[in-house]
Amino acid sequence: MNIGVKIAGVEFKNPVMTASGTFGSGMEYAEMVDLNRLGAVVTKGVAAKAWEGNPTPRVTEVYGGMLNAIGLQNPGVDVFIERDLKFLEDYDTNVIVNVCGHTVEEYCEVVEKLNGTKVSMYEINVSCPNVKEGALAFGQDAKVLEETTKAIKKIAKKPVIMKLSPNVTSIKDMAKAAEAGGADAISLINTLIGMKIDIYKKKFVLANKTGGFSGPAVKPVAVRMVYEAAHAVKIPVIGMGGISTAEDALEFILAGATGVSVGTANFSDPETTLKVIDGMQQYMLKYGVDDINSLIGAVG
Amino acid sequence: MKRKTSAVIKEHKELAKGVYSIILETLLAIEAEPGQFAGVYLRDGSRILMRPISVCDAAGRELRMVYRTAGSGTEELSTYKAGEELEILGMLGKGYDISKLKDKRVLVLGGGIGIPPMLYLAKELKKVGTDVKAVLGYADDQTFLKKDFEAVCDTYVASMDGSTGTKGTVMDAIKENGLEADVLCACGPMPMLKAVKEYAKEHDMEAYISLEERMACGVGACLGCVTKTVKEDPHTHVNNTRICMEGPVFDAKEVEI
Ligand SMILES: Cc1cc2nc3c(=O)[nH]c(=O)nc-3n(C[C@H](O)[C@H](O)[C@H](O)COP(=O)(O)OP(=O)(O)OC[C@H]3O[C@@H](n4cnc5c(N)ncnc54)[C@H](O)[C@@H]3O)c2cc1C
Ligand SMILES: Cc1cc2nc3c(=O)[nH]c(=O)nc-3n(C[C@H](O)[C@H](O)[C@H](O)COP(=O)(O)O)c2cc1C
Ligand code: FES
Repeated sequence: MNIGVKIAGVEFKNPVMTASGTFGSGMEYAEMVDLNRLGAVVTKGVAAKAWEGNPTPRVTEVYGGMLNAIGLQNPGVDVFIERDLKFLEDYDTNVIVNVCGHTVEEYCEVVEKLNGTKVSMYEINVSCPNVKEGALAFGQDAKVLEETTKAIKKIAKKPVIMKLSPNVTSIKDMAKAAEAGGADAISLINTLIGMKIDIYKKKFVLANKTGGFSGPAVKPVAVRMVYEAAHAVKIPVIGMGGISTAEDALEFILAGATGVSVGTANFSDPETTLKVIDGMQQYMLKYGVDDINSLIGAVG
Repeated sequence: MKRKTSAVIKEHKELAKGVYSIILETLLAIEAEPGQFAGVYLRDGSRILMRPISVCDAAGRELRMVYRTAGSGTEELSTYKAGEELEILGMLGKGYDISKLKDKRVLVLGGGIGIPPMLYLAKELKKVGTDVKAVLGYADDQTFLKKDFEAVCDTYVASMDGSTGTKGTVMDAIKENGLEADVLCACGPMPMLKAVKEYAKEHDMEAYISLEERMACGVGACLGCVTKTVKEDPHTHVNNTRICMEGPVFDAKEVEI
């Protein structure tokens, strides 16, 4: 039985990875989760310099999910290389670094610094809803997305995954724009923009007013978008949004995803990724699937 | 080692209106330090995040937590019965450094639902022979846990409505009783923590305070739970540090509240 997949030439021992921002750099969960078992660790967004992030409250629960407006607090790429990447070097798993920036130059600066490291791939976050200047702007206009992708591709020495925002009119157009810009893969969905109001205080629960909506409740939207995107492009797709079980992950694979990421569900159970891997294998055994690749996009 | 585990509820009872005491049987109890907390998971699948609740006491394999019903999650928790299982993530956060407090005169201050975590601290300090006194601030005469504290150390009480002890806050009780100490350790509402920080500064005392913030992961991964710090924090090298990792107990001088 084979559960290994290949994305843009990179071999994954299984399709299961962590979703950016929900697993730190792996360090925070390493005492609870054997990182060696994961297809990849996808790190929290890293910028050229340290970012403070947004004021608190930054997170809140909503029915079947949560809202976050962290605002990409991160130590900057230099500390990240020194500390987080060094830590990850001891593990036998792919490391995908999620990159954020306010300008195309900032994205490029991070990528340039990471080029000399052992990182497997870059995931470019052009879709964070919680940062005022930039970020989401790059991911909501097809032309800008294509140009941004091109600029990053020009300097990147590792495969580039463009992470798409669901907060767009046509996910197909965005997927095509990333492909046209030369992206090696796309990942989706980032969070949906949400809001929660405290009716007793008559105030927004999050200091940022709005926050990214994630968790089990967003899954049907994510599956639909992954399906549409996967059918619009030839490059591989990494699917995420509400995955908390193997069954959820299999839906994404059948919809056309080659890889799948577990995000918010890590908070509900730190071992979710491992349970998803085990559950996928059980499904394959039970239903006589020899190769996970035969399931990719097999819905219809 | 941090882990999510299934604990058995040994005892669950209401101590005062809306305030519950739950005793769990779990090996995590052995690791629990004063000031630390655990994340409590609910059975209702729509409630996906853990509820952070502090250790009120720990002995052998028994972990005690005392909580107030503050919303739908803690309301759900209050319906769980002895004998049932409860999923928890623990032990989380950095607690008090007993060795630093051991040889000093310590006042533990608890306000409202900030009272429970101070019990375990008072007990552990007493164990190592520390000169410790407790000052507890209640809203009214629903003085939950007061007897537990009295069994450990000298205990002073304040109530906002004046129905018992000093009328007013824990700060009023300190003044009224002329209590002196080298260190203040406090957990309670933000105005109380601010007053403690101010008082310690004026009197040139040390102060440690427990902070609260909304949490998602509880283990330092999501960066949801930060507080403003005076110095650069060890994780991001900005002035925002994670309460679930570097806290919840902080040196009052080091945080901006
Ligand atoms: C480190 C720490 C220790 C705590 N210790 C205790 C304790 O010993 N006893 C006790 O009664 N309470 C304690 N609290 C507060 C307790 O976590 C909240 O009252 C509880 O999460 C409310 O959940 P709910 O579902 O009833 O409320 P809801 O308002 O329905 O909860 C919605 C969401 O907001 C979060 N939330 C709401 N209020 C708070 C709050 N004050 N702090 C953090 N998150 C909140 C919930 O966890 C949940 O994710 C502690 C909080 C922290 C951060
Ligand atoms: C707390 C939190 C922080 C996140 N931070 C990032 C980030 O830094 N970069 C990014 O591309 N996506 C970030 N995301 C989005 C997730 O990677 C993922 O796309 C989204 O949450 C949907 O998946 P889920 O429902 O499994 O969580 C974050 C999500 C959460 C909940
Ligand atoms: S709750 Fe996630 S970092 Fe503290």
